[in-house]
Amino acid sequence: MARFKKRIATSQEIPTSAMPDIIFILLFFFMVATTVREEKEDLVDFSKPEATQIHELNKSLTRFHIYIGPPKDSDKYGSAPRIQMNGALVSPSQIPQIINTNIENLKQGSKSKSKIHIVLTVDENAKEGIVTDVEEQLKLVRTRNIVYSATQYTTGQ
Amino acid sequence: MFGKEKTRKDNPEVNSSSMADIAFLMLVFFLVATQIPVIDQGVKFLLPKKLEDNKPPVDVDPRNLFKVMVNSGNKLLVEDERLEFDQLKEKAKIFINNRGRDPEQSDSPKKAVISLRVDRGTTHKYAIRALDELKAAYHELQAEYLNMSLEEFLLLDESDPLDSKLIRKAKDAIPMRLSKAEPTR
Repeated sequence: MARFKKRIATSQEIPTSAMPDIIFILLFFFMVATTVREEKEDLVDFSKPEATQIHELNKSLTRFHIYIGPPKDSDKYGSAPRIQMNGALVSPSQIPQIINTNIENLKQGSKSKSKIHIVLTVDENAKEGIVTDVEEQLKLVRTRNIVYSATQYTTGQ
Repeated sequence: MFGKEKTRKDNPEVNSSSMADIAFLMLVFFLVATQIPVIDQGVKFLLPKKLEDNKPPVDVDPRNLFKVMVNSGNKLLVEDERLEFDQLKEKAKIFINNRGRDPEQSDSPKKAVISLRVDRGTTHKYAIRALDELKAAYHELQAEYLNMSLEEFLLLDESDPLDSKLIRKAKDAIPMRLSKAEPTR
């Protein structure tokens, strides 16, 4: 039997030369797949209701978000549902002004009110009264396209 | 020559050992400062125009008006009759697609108007449920009109010219005349 001399010439280190490439791939993924955080942290809690006739809002459409639900900081704001818009708790009567300012800030050409959608994310346990108050204000500024945020109906009947 | 042969001592390559660190730093920045965009999805609805008194216009024949009410106890009242939520869709379909047969129901889908009235004390979940069932009734009839299944109909893309033509055709035949009345105080 012939004996071969074992050579331990191979490097013991893990090659790290490909690491920058891997990290860059991850980096590019996050750059492409994510958007810059716009809305401040949600001040209200909500669980979306379920519905079957779900419509997905086209990405190119201008939309404003309104959140309605019990405040997270219930010590400070109480537990009754409140309205959050532009990262602050507002009263219904402030909504027309906020919407008008938001429209002012929009790029020229996308100011057509018929194309603006209001995404109403309402906690499923909130009462309709507050939703109606918001809707009445939306009618005043003639932004009448609304989407009641909902998730696809899953549980069986 | 063949094989490894490094004779030069000083390496001419740019030192790239800190590249990973730089990439890491940028990666962490993007992890923290961005979020995965959420697709907005939900039940679409067009609010009625602001009116002085929001009662249904007088020119609507009571026969063509389908009144749906949800009270503060989340109970459903359809045409003065107590119903469960899963019965609402069928009832609405019969009303819309009556085409003058039953004198109690609508004349034609084009004239049929559905008025949804929710109470201020109604839970949002049930208000959406009622709206959803009524929209489902319309969508099912529109899909039926186009000889499609409901799933196929809902997958039609409005931005696609061919699909939008189909949608318009269905909407012309069976327009969704769904109105949300001002809630009871």
